[in-house]
Amino acid sequence: MSSESALLRRSEGLRRRNRVNRVVEISSTIAALFAVAVLLIVVGSVLTKGVDALSIHFLTTPTALFGEEGGGISNAIVGTAIVVASAAAMAIPVGLLVAIYTTEFAPSRIAHPVRFVLDVLNGVPTIVTAIFVAGLIVIPQGHQSGFALSVALAIVMLPIVSRTAQEVLALVPSTLKEAAHALGIARWRTTVRVTIPTAAGGLITGALLAIARVAGETAPVIILCSIFGQGNLTDPSQGLATIPFFIFRSSEAPSPSAHTEAWAAALVLIALVLGLNLVARAFYTRSRRRMEG
Amino acid sequence: MEAGALRHPVLRARRSRKDRIGDPLLRGLSGLAAVVAVAAIAGIAYEVFDQASPAISKYGLGFLTTNDWNPVSERFGAAPFLYGTAVTSGIALLLAAPLSIAISIYLTELAPQRLRRPVATLVDMLAAIPTVILGLWGILVLGPFMRDTVEPALQSVFGFLPIFSGDPSAFGYLTAALILTIMITPIITSVTREVFETVPADLKEASYALGATRWEMVRQVVLPYSRAGIVGASILGLGRAIGEAIAVAQVIGGAYEIHTSLFHTGGTLAAQIAAQWEGATGQMQKASLAYLAAILLVFAVAVNVIARLIVQRGQLKDTDVTPTEVEAL
Repeated sequence: MSSESALLRRSEGLRRRNRVNRVVEISSTIAALFAVAVLLIVVGSVLTKGVDALSIHFLTTPTALFGEEGGGISNAIVGTAIVVASAAAMAIPVGLLVAIYTTEFAPSRIAHPVRFVLDVLNGVPTIVTAIFVAGLIVIPQGHQSGFALSVALAIVMLPIVSRTAQEVLALVPSTLKEAAHALGIARWRTTVRVTIPTAAGGLITGALLAIARVAGETAPVIILCSIFGQGNLTDPSQGLATIPFFIFRSSEAPSPSAHTEAWAAALVLIALVLGLNLVARAFYTRSRRRMEG
Repeated sequence: MEAGALRHPVLRARRSRKDRIGDPLLRGLSGLAAVVAVAAIAGIAYEVFDQASPAISKYGLGFLTTNDWNPVSERFGAAPFLYGTAVTSGIALLLAAPLSIAISIYLTELAPQRLRRPVATLVDMLAAIPTVILGLWGILVLGPFMRDTVEPALQSVFGFLPIFSGDPSAFGYLTAALILTIMITPIITSVTREVFETVPADLKEASYALGATRWEMVRQVVLPYSRAGIVGASILGLGRAIGEAIAVAQVIGGAYEIHTSLFHTGGTLAAQIAAQWEGATGQMQKASLAYLAAILLVFAVAVNVIARLIVQRGQLKDTDVTPTEVEAL
């Protein structure tokens, strides 16, 4: 009798434990579903609301003058392309060199602090970086410019490029490098001919992720490149139109037609950014498989 | 081929000359790049404090507690924005950290194997969405939904609390906090998921062998093992939330005083800089905005340093502790 109740009690405890377990499992699943749902809702909003305003005309016409309607974002697309390309041209070589230094040359008592500094640099809010570049370039020059913006974006890109490059370079099998050393090949030649080509896929991944990150970066644009002439399409020494700024300004405007245009521009930007991310991931998976397998 | 070329004395001399230059050149260039990277952060700190110096010398540390921002009377203070930053980032962290842990539990313990990668990729994609688009969505979709549905519901249940008093509004602390939650959840999740994946399978199996349910195993093995990683990831997420300017500027509404109600419009350090830098007229207003940037920089650097130290120490400790834990089991 008493043993039976003990058994009952124990199974009662087990039932409770299983219930708790069930609750946690279900809420974890809901949490994951929730995150995916938020992504789908945001992307879905952009897609459904942006697709109406998206047209060849929208993509190939410059922004309308203030108060006029029917403009597009061709100047913003060109501006973003110029600014991001120049940022990439600055940040990718420097970032790659930093990675080469820390993985190939520096002793660990130097490589470690450099890595740490890069992490901290990565954590600096982009608006603060923008204030830095404003003091460095915009205030002395007396006007905003696409160039100032690309310097700020390059600073944002630098830690992303070099941290991923460090990780990828460290994955290159040391047997390959040792083989090159054994053949008497100089270190720089080994780096340029063996290490970098082996890691190329991963290096491209890092570069693409960094480009995707800064293509949508808006805080530096507000500070450094938010004043631009209608006529200037390609001169980075002056202010340039950009897609993030177009979205920001249209989102703050009260008129529904501006909102529709903001959604359409957001659709262009999100397609660009998510597309770059997917391509970057594909590169990474492939190169990792090649290096490990 | 290369080895064959080596045998020819002329080629050999040319190559070794190239190598004599090449090695120091690459070392020097790459070392220089590292110096540039380190100089960047020093330059940022110097330049921001330099721009802020007129405001720092005029207002001193009293700037931090002054609850006013008035360009006309040139009375500037950071208190409203410190408060707004603390409230929005704090709420975002409180919501995002448990959410991220739950998502990571799902991704590492519950999800069917073939779902894990795609779902993890989708969560990562959420982190890739530009914040200006999250802000746009916040203005046009989340904001109205907050005003019409969420905030009235909160008010009807918790209306006696001062933080849920006042009129529901589309823009304010709460909307900004939710946008930040959406922004940092994938960032925290990607780290916690990775940490969860490093928990040794034998520890987990030992726990199951002792009759633990899945949750008991997670609570007794996965969470303690990953504690440092979870804390570090959360602090990193907090750093991101503190520094976000654009999405917050879009949905927080903008107010220059402290308000108790979460429904009320407010401001944060980063959002205030983004909102006012271009329109700033007076010298002192720009310097005060730079002062806000300096505070933000100090916070961001501190948060990042602390987070990295916790993660690093956690990693070391874990590798030390693991063998004894296994022995104990």
